[in-house]
Amino acid sequence: MEFYRSHVLICGGTGCHSSGSADVMSAFKTELEKNKLENEVKLVQTGCFGLCAVGPVVIVYPEGAFYSGIKAEDVPRIVSEHLLKGRIVTDLLYHDSVQEDKAVKSLDQVEFYRKQKRIALRNCGVINPEKIEEYIAFDGYKALGKVLTEMTPEETIAVIKASGLRGRGGAGFPTGLKWEFTAKAKGDKKYVCCNADEGDPGAFMDRSVLEGDPHSVLEAMAIAGYAVGADQGYIYVRAEYPIAVKRLTIAIEQARELGLLGKNIFGTDFCFDIELRLGAGAFVCGEETALMASIEGKRGEPRPRPPFPAVKGVFGKPTLLNNVETYANIPQIILNGPEWFQSIGTEKSKGTKVFALGGKINNTGLVEVPMGTTLREIIYEIGGGIPNGKKFKAAQTGGPSGGCIPAEHLDTPIDYDSLTKIGSMMGSGGLIVMDEDNCMVDIARFFLDFTVDESCGKCPPCRIGTKRMLEILDRITKGQGQEGDIEKLEQLGMSIKSSALCGLGQTAPNPVLSTIRYFRDEYEAHIRDKKCPAGVCQALLQIMIQADLCRGCGLCTKVCPVGAISGERKSAHTIDQSKCIKCGACLEKCPFKAIVKG
Amino acid sequence: MKSLKELEEIKQKTLDSVNLRKDRSGGTRVVVGMATCGIAAGARPVLLAFLEEVKKRNLGDVTVSQTGCIGVCRLEPMVEVYRPGEEKVTYVKMTADKVKRVVAEHIVNGRPVTEFTIGAAE
Repeated sequence: MEFYRSHVLICGGTGCHSSGSADVMSAFKTELEKNKLENEVKLVQTGCFGLCAVGPVVIVYPEGAFYSGIKAEDVPRIVSEHLLKGRIVTDLLYHDSVQEDKAVKSLDQVEFYRKQKRIALRNCGVINPEKIEEYIAFDGYKALGKVLTEMTPEETIAVIKASGLRGRGGAGFPTGLKWEFTAKAKGDKKYVCCNADEGDPGAFMDRSVLEGDPHSVLEAMAIAGYAVGADQGYIYVRAEYPIAVKRLTIAIEQARELGLLGKNIFGTDFCFDIELRLGAGAFVCGEETALMASIEGKRGEPRPRPPFPAVKGVFGKPTLLNNVETYANIPQIILNGPEWFQSIGTEKSKGTKVFALGGKINNTGLVEVPMGTTLREIIYEIGGGIPNGKKFKAAQTGGPSGGCIPAEHLDTPIDYDSLTKIGSMMGSGGLIVMDEDNCMVDIARFFLDFTVDESCGKCPPCRIGTKRMLEILDRITKGQGQEGDIEKLEQLGMSIKSSALCGLGQTAPNPVLSTIRYFRDEYEAHIRDKKCPAGVCQALLQIMIQADLCRGCGLCTKVCPVGAISGERKSAHTIDQSKCIKCGACLEKCPFKAIVKG
Repeated sequence: MKSLKELEEIKQKTLDSVNLRKDRSGGTRVVVGMATCGIAAGARPVLLAFLEEVKKRNLGDVTVSQTGCIGVCRLEPMVEVYRPGEEKVTYVKMTADKVKRVVAEHIVNGRPVTEFTIGAAE
């Protein structure tokens, strides 16, 4: 056995990777060798720790010291002080992990982690995702072994049904029922598929699971294969996730090498193998029928249901399709029992949910909380609140398919049913926070613009309807809104919802409808007063110089790129609105705060 | 993979190399004084000797870490051993040879090596 007295865990998720964790890794390697510590201190590249906002993140065990925002030039200090002399470099630690008396808090006491419960993310940031042995050391593949050697397929399905697990892809369909339908469907060949085509802007839950703990998905798919009677699995993952694809490829190879995928797994008759299918990034391919068409090598377009995939899926055979996060929960449910899973969450939504926090929030990153946690807890306690003391306006859940939650609903417990009730949806887990500086009409326009781009064009309600809605919104944000536009949007939205072919079209009007529901006054201000209350919509904006505050210093005339400002020295200046491009450069430059927009 | 037993073997083999990352309060903790005074007095070979012994004996539940100056620089290299539920034992003027005895008698068998402790030196 190799004994290392200390482990240095460096986040290798996409977030930390892009803030330079690879350089930090190589700096550690060089420094450890320089100090001849390479046989005492082990370097481990892990998946996402969740606190992407302060990356790259480094954790040193056994102390559990949580270093954040580490650059390569900080590494020599950590090595010589902490690893050589045993003195934790307090000023490089994550600010919340240092107490007032300079003592170091343990990780689970840090505000960001205190309210979290990690089931799907249990191994992210703990194991090296490129080593199957580390996954096995944390009880990996034990659930598969238990299912294959001790349980029948029916018993396995019964456990999943009893757990109350619902699909984490967004719609929240009971997972056990889906398994049962596929198991009961008649067919000489069946397939198990994993939807890893995470396409919502701002969502990265599935990516983090695949990057940090790929084996949990492989193991769960094999369990599902046994339960429904399939011997082939496909993971449909987007090619824009290169790190996830790389780690999945390594994981599949290692599982095959150990015989955890392949023929006669655990000495039984059960055979199962998994292949990757890379998606080219079309949002509609996250819809199940379009995804399966894409797996078959066809154009990714949805088709009407029924028949549902459980009856007629990939290559016309019965197919089970679950989302990444759903699968990541399975091994834990098998090992700990359905009662354990039942005990977490709310009455109709069991377990935990992973959210990708983004937008106007301090702790941008990945969190996993029990169902029923309120939005207020997620945003203000775990998320650390809104930067610069700004006021919360709304949070968008479910990305372009979801809706916004205004401040009055901050205390709604987050689960499938309560979110639907207030006009939003759980969605896959993107959570975008907006503050007083965000214009809700503009947000709705942004999301609709996305769905218009991503509409596959097969059915007219989605192809034409969303386009018309976007035109109306465009008009409103440009100050050309007309009386009756809001009603038109509502009417169009409702008919698209009820007539579109697939989930993409059926949910596309949601951001518009929910912003109208909660922020109708903002729409009215745009249409009637030709004003954008948040000061976002450029066309409705005027930048003006307040004559009484202007000292005539002339700084603004120098910074204006289009020469729109004029005036005598030491007397009030004016802006020629026909020339002004509303870039805001003068606004930042003015030393007397005499320039305002409104 | 032929059986659960085979899986368990892989688990046990790897467990020791990852359980440092779990919060453990159960195991024995060895702390070596590694301030300038400690290093000057030869704390590095002492630390390395501990690692060597722990490795040789496969002691999965022992952590070896360092600390700064304990204050009695003239008695360095100093080592503190914390066994769960027992008083801390402080060893002074440690050498690599003494480490072998401390590991064998104290850490493995629970009998502090009284003659190396700070009590005996004072």
